[in-house]
Amino acid sequence: MKRRVFLKGTLASSAVAVAVGAGLLNPRQVLAAWPKSAFEAKSMQEALNGAFGSELTEPTDAIQIKAPDIAENGAVVPVTVSTNLSNPESISILADGNPTPLAANFMLAANTAGSVSTRIKMGKTSNVVAVVKSGGKLYSARKEVKVTIGGCGG
Amino acid sequence: MANSIKIKTSVNGDVCNVKALIKHVMETGQRKDAKTGKVIPAKFIQELVCTHNGKAVLNANWGTAVSANPYLSFEFNGAKAGDKLVMNWTDNTGESDSAEHTV
Repeated sequence: MKRRVFLKGTLASSAVAVAVGAGLLNPRQVLAAWPKSAFEAKSMQEALNGAFGSELTEPTDAIQIKAPDIAENGAVVPVTVSTNLSNPESISILADGNPTPLAANFMLAANTAGSVSTRIKMGKTSNVVAVVKSGGKLYSARKEVKVTIGGCGG
Repeated sequence: MANSIKIKTSVNGDVCNVKALIKHVMETGQRKDAKTGKVIPAKFIQELVCTHNGKAVLNANWGTAVSANPYLSFEFNGAKAGDKLVMNWTDNTGESDSAEHTV
Protein backbone atom coordinates (compact mmCIF):
# COMPACT_ATOMS: atom_id res chain seq x y z
CA MET A 1 0.00 0.00 0.00
CA LYS A 2 2.82 2.38 0.92
CA ARG A 3 4.58 1.52 -2.29
CA ARG A 4 1.45 2.37 -4.20
CA VAL A 5 1.18 5.79 -2.57
CA PHE A 6 4.85 6.38 -3.24
CA LEU A 7 4.50 5.46 -6.90
CA LYS A 8 1.52 7.73 -7.27
CA GLY A 9 3.49 10.57 -5.73
CA THR A 10 6.40 10.16 -8.08
CA LEU A 11 4.09 9.89 -11.06
CA ALA A 12 2.30 13.08 -10.13
CA SER A 13 5.51 15.04 -9.60
CA SER A 14 7.03 13.80 -12.83
CA ALA A 15 3.88 14.82 -14.68
CA VAL A 16 4.30 18.33 -13.31
CA ALA A 17 7.97 18.33 -14.31
CA VAL A 18 7.04 17.28 -17.84
CA ALA A 19 4.41 19.98 -18.00
CA VAL A 20 6.93 22.61 -16.93
CA GLY A 21 9.49 21.30 -19.41
CA ALA A 22 7.01 21.47 -22.24
CA GLY A 23 6.25 25.07 -21.37
CA LEU A 24 2.64 24.31 -20.63
CA LEU A 25 2.86 25.91 -17.26
CA ASN A 26 5.16 28.82 -16.90
CA PRO A 27 7.19 28.77 -13.68
CA ARG A 28 5.45 31.81 -12.26
CA GLN A 29 2.15 30.00 -12.45
CA VAL A 30 3.60 26.98 -10.75
CA LEU A 31 5.00 29.07 -7.93
CA ALA A 32 1.68 30.80 -7.57
CA ALA A 33 -0.01 27.43 -7.33
CA TRP A 34 -2.61 27.18 -4.62
CA PRO A 35 -2.27 30.49 -2.76
CA LYS A 36 -2.55 29.22 0.80
CA SER A 37 -2.86 32.67 2.35
CA ALA A 38 -5.81 33.49 0.11
CA PHE A 39 -7.73 30.31 0.81
CA GLU A 40 -7.10 30.42 4.54
CA ALA A 41 -7.89 34.09 4.89
CA LYS A 42 -10.74 34.82 7.28
CA SER A 43 -12.00 38.01 5.66
CA MET A 44 -12.86 39.16 2.17
CA GLN A 45 -10.06 41.74 2.16
CA GLU A 46 -7.41 39.24 3.19
CA ALA A 47 -8.65 36.72 0.66
CA LEU A 48 -8.56 39.23 -2.19
CA ASN A 49 -5.15 40.50 -1.11
CA GLY A 50 -3.84 36.95 -0.97
CA ALA A 51 -5.22 36.01 -4.34
CA PHE A 52 -4.64 39.19 -6.32
CA GLY A 53 -2.43 41.40 -4.18
CA SER A 54 -5.18 43.98 -4.06
CA GLU A 55 -8.57 44.28 -2.44
CA LEU A 56 -9.87 46.98 -4.75
CA THR A 57 -12.48 45.72 -7.14
CA GLU A 58 -14.72 47.69 -9.43
CA PRO A 59 -18.41 46.78 -9.29
CA THR A 60 -19.75 46.08 -12.75
CA ASP A 61 -22.88 44.89 -14.54
CA ALA A 62 -20.79 42.85 -16.92
CA ILE A 63 -20.63 39.92 -14.53
CA GLN A 64 -23.70 37.78 -14.03
CA ILE A 65 -24.08 35.46 -11.07
CA LYS A 66 -26.64 32.75 -11.35
CA ALA A 67 -27.42 31.33 -7.93
CA PRO A 68 -30.65 30.55 -6.09
CA ASP A 69 -32.27 33.36 -4.03
CA ILE A 70 -32.92 30.83 -1.31
CA ALA A 71 -30.72 27.78 -0.91
CA GLU A 72 -32.37 25.05 1.09
CA ASN A 73 -29.14 23.21 1.63
CA GLY A 74 -26.06 25.32 2.19
CA ALA A 75 -23.80 22.36 1.51
CA VAL A 76 -24.68 22.44 -2.17
CA VAL A 77 -25.32 25.85 -3.68
CA PRO A 78 -25.10 25.85 -7.47
CA VAL A 79 -23.35 28.96 -8.74
CA THR A 80 -22.75 30.03 -12.31
CA VAL A 81 -20.61 33.06 -13.03
CA SER A 82 -20.46 34.45 -16.51
CA THR A 83 -18.98 37.65 -17.80
CA ASN A 84 -18.92 39.60 -21.00
CA LEU A 85 -15.79 41.49 -20.06
CA SER A 86 -13.23 41.08 -22.80
CA ASN A 87 -10.44 38.62 -22.25
CA PRO A 88 -11.17 37.40 -18.73
CA GLU A 89 -8.04 35.97 -17.10
CA SER A 90 -9.60 34.49 -14.02
CA ILE A 91 -12.92 34.05 -12.28
CA SER A 92 -13.09 33.72 -8.52
CA ILE A 93 -16.05 32.80 -6.39
CA LEU A 94 -16.30 33.95 -2.78
CA ALA A 95 -18.98 33.66 -0.12
CA ASP A 96 -18.47 36.47 2.38
CA GLY A 97 -20.21 34.74 5.28
CA ASN A 98 -18.00 31.66 5.22
CA PRO A 99 -15.18 31.10 7.73
CA THR A 100 -12.82 31.26 4.76
CA PRO A 101 -14.54 33.33 2.04
CA LEU A 102 -12.56 32.24 -1.01
CA ALA A 103 -14.19 29.16 -2.51
CA ALA A 104 -12.68 28.77 -5.93
CA ASN A 105 -10.42 30.50 -8.37
CA PHE A 106 -10.50 29.54 -12.04
CA MET A 107 -7.68 30.58 -14.35
CA LEU A 108 -8.90 30.74 -17.92
CA ALA A 109 -6.90 30.18 -21.06
CA ALA A 110 -7.30 32.62 -23.96
CA ASN A 111 -9.73 30.35 -25.77
CA THR A 112 -11.83 29.57 -22.71
CA ALA A 113 -15.18 31.30 -22.41
CA GLY A 114 -15.81 33.61 -19.46
CA SER A 115 -18.29 31.35 -17.79
CA VAL A 116 -17.94 28.66 -15.15
CA SER A 117 -20.41 26.73 -13.03
CA THR A 118 -19.79 24.85 -9.86
CA ARG A 119 -21.37 24.09 -6.51
CA ILE A 120 -20.19 25.65 -3.29
CA LYS A 121 -20.85 25.36 0.43
CA MET A 122 -22.27 28.29 2.36
CA GLY A 123 -22.30 28.45 6.13
CA LYS A 124 -25.04 31.06 6.41
CA THR A 125 -27.01 33.63 4.48
CA SER A 126 -24.54 35.95 2.80
CA ASN A 127 -23.40 37.41 -0.47
CA VAL A 128 -21.87 35.34 -3.21
CA VAL A 129 -19.19 37.52 -4.73
CA ALA A 130 -17.68 36.93 -8.13
CA VAL A 131 -14.39 38.59 -8.95
CA VAL A 132 -13.18 38.64 -12.53
CA LYS A 133 -9.70 39.71 -13.53
CA SER A 134 -9.57 41.24 -16.96
CA GLY A 135 -6.81 43.34 -18.46
CA GLY A 136 -5.02 43.51 -15.10
CA LYS A 137 -8.06 45.00 -13.37
CA LEU A 138 -10.44 43.41 -10.90
CA TYR A 139 -14.17 43.58 -11.38
CA SER A 140 -16.78 42.25 -9.03
CA ALA A 141 -20.46 41.50 -8.68
CA ARG A 142 -22.47 40.14 -5.79
CA LYS A 143 -25.73 38.37 -5.13
CA GLU A 144 -27.34 37.54 -1.82
CA VAL A 145 -28.22 33.92 -1.19
CA LYS A 146 -30.42 33.01 1.77
CA VAL A 147 -29.38 29.75 3.35
CA THR A 148 -31.89 27.84 5.42
CA ILE A 149 -29.58 25.00 6.50
CA GLY A 150 -25.89 25.83 6.76
CA GLY A 151 -23.32 23.72 5.02
CA CYS A 152 -20.53 23.96 7.54
CA GLY A 153 -22.11 22.47 10.67
CA GLY A 154 -21.30 19.06 12.01
CA MET B 1 -8.73 6.10 -7.07
CA ALA B 2 -9.27 5.49 -10.69
CA ASN B 3 -12.44 6.72 -12.32
CA SER B 4 -13.23 9.37 -9.77
CA ILE B 5 -13.88 11.78 -12.64
CA LYS B 6 -16.79 11.70 -15.02
CA ILE B 7 -16.56 13.99 -18.02
CA LYS B 8 -19.22 14.84 -20.57
CA THR B 9 -18.68 17.10 -23.51
CA SER B 10 -20.81 18.50 -26.27
CA VAL B 11 -19.52 20.38 -29.28
CA ASN B 12 -21.56 23.14 -30.86
CA GLY B 13 -19.77 24.72 -33.81
CA ASP B 14 -16.26 24.96 -32.44
CA VAL B 15 -17.38 25.70 -28.90
CA CYS B 16 -16.94 22.78 -26.59
CA ASN B 17 -18.98 22.54 -23.42
CA VAL B 18 -17.35 20.47 -20.70
CA LYS B 19 -19.21 19.10 -17.71
CA ALA B 20 -17.36 17.16 -15.06
CA LEU B 21 -18.34 15.44 -11.87
CA ILE B 22 -15.64 14.36 -9.44
CA LYS B 23 -16.10 11.96 -6.58
CA HIS B 24 -14.40 13.47 -3.55
CA VAL B 25 -15.34 14.04 0.09
CA MET B 26 -14.15 17.68 0.16
CA GLU B 27 -13.81 17.63 3.94
CA THR B 28 -13.29 21.12 5.41
CA GLY B 29 -11.43 20.19 8.56
CA GLN B 30 -14.00 22.10 10.61
CA ARG B 31 -16.50 19.34 11.20
CA LYS B 32 -16.43 17.07 14.21
CA ASP B 33 -17.14 13.40 14.27
CA ALA B 34 -20.46 13.02 16.10
CA LYS B 35 -19.31 9.85 17.86
CA THR B 36 -15.76 10.60 18.90
CA GLY B 37 -15.92 14.38 19.07
CA LYS B 38 -12.67 14.58 17.16
CA VAL B 39 -12.19 16.98 14.31
CA ILE B 40 -12.30 15.26 10.95
CA PRO B 41 -9.08 16.20 9.16
CA ALA B 42 -9.37 18.34 6.07
CA LYS B 43 -9.24 16.60 2.73
CA PHE B 44 -10.15 18.65 -0.29
CA ILE B 45 -9.11 19.19 -3.87
CA GLN B 46 -6.66 22.05 -4.17
CA GLU B 47 -5.83 22.09 -7.83
CA LEU B 48 -7.56 20.99 -10.95
CA VAL B 49 -6.12 21.23 -14.42
CA CYS B 50 -7.96 20.56 -17.65
CA THR B 51 -6.01 20.30 -20.88
CA HIS B 52 -7.25 20.09 -24.44
CA ASN B 53 -4.84 18.34 -26.83
CA GLY B 54 -2.07 18.98 -24.31
CA LYS B 55 -2.84 22.69 -23.90
CA ALA B 56 -4.30 23.94 -20.63
CA VAL B 57 -7.78 25.42 -21.02
CA LEU B 58 -8.71 25.69 -17.37
CA ASN B 59 -6.68 25.81 -14.19
CA ALA B 60 -8.61 25.89 -10.97
CA ASN B 61 -7.57 26.42 -7.37
CA TRP B 62 -10.19 25.31 -4.94
CA GLY B 63 -10.71 25.89 -1.25
CA THR B 64 -12.71 23.96 1.28
CA ALA B 65 -15.92 25.74 0.31
CA VAL B 66 -16.43 23.72 -2.85
CA SER B 67 -19.17 21.15 -2.32
CA ALA B 68 -18.53 17.45 -1.84
CA ASN B 69 -18.44 15.54 -5.11
CA PRO B 70 -17.69 18.75 -7.01
CA TYR B 71 -19.40 19.65 -10.23
CA LEU B 72 -17.77 21.87 -12.77
CA SER B 73 -18.80 23.16 -16.14
CA PHE B 74 -17.14 25.52 -18.59
CA GLU B 75 -16.76 26.19 -22.31
CA PHE B 76 -13.86 26.74 -24.63
CA ASN B 77 -13.35 27.45 -28.33
CA GLY B 78 -11.44 25.57 -30.97
CA ALA B 79 -12.49 22.02 -30.25
CA LYS B 80 -13.62 19.38 -32.68
CA ALA B 81 -14.84 15.83 -32.32
CA GLY B 82 -12.05 13.39 -31.57
CA ASP B 83 -9.96 15.86 -29.60
CA LYS B 84 -8.43 14.68 -26.38
CA LEU B 85 -9.34 16.22 -23.07
CA VAL B 86 -7.46 15.38 -19.88
CA MET B 87 -8.55 16.40 -16.40
CA ASN B 88 -6.33 16.08 -13.40
CA TRP B 89 -6.87 16.90 -9.73
CA THR B 90 -4.64 16.96 -6.65
CA ASP B 91 -5.89 17.26 -3.09
CA ASN B 92 -4.23 18.59 0.05
CA THR B 93 -3.13 15.12 1.14
CA GLY B 94 -1.22 14.68 -2.11
CA GLU B 95 -3.69 12.27 -3.60
CA SER B 96 -4.47 12.79 -7.25
CA ASP B 97 -6.35 11.34 -10.17
CA SER B 98 -6.71 12.07 -13.83
CA ALA B 99 -9.12 11.10 -16.56
CA GLU B 100 -9.01 11.20 -20.31
CA HIS B 101 -11.96 11.96 -22.48
CA THR B 102 -12.46 12.08 -26.22
CA VAL B 103 -14.67 14.95 -27.33
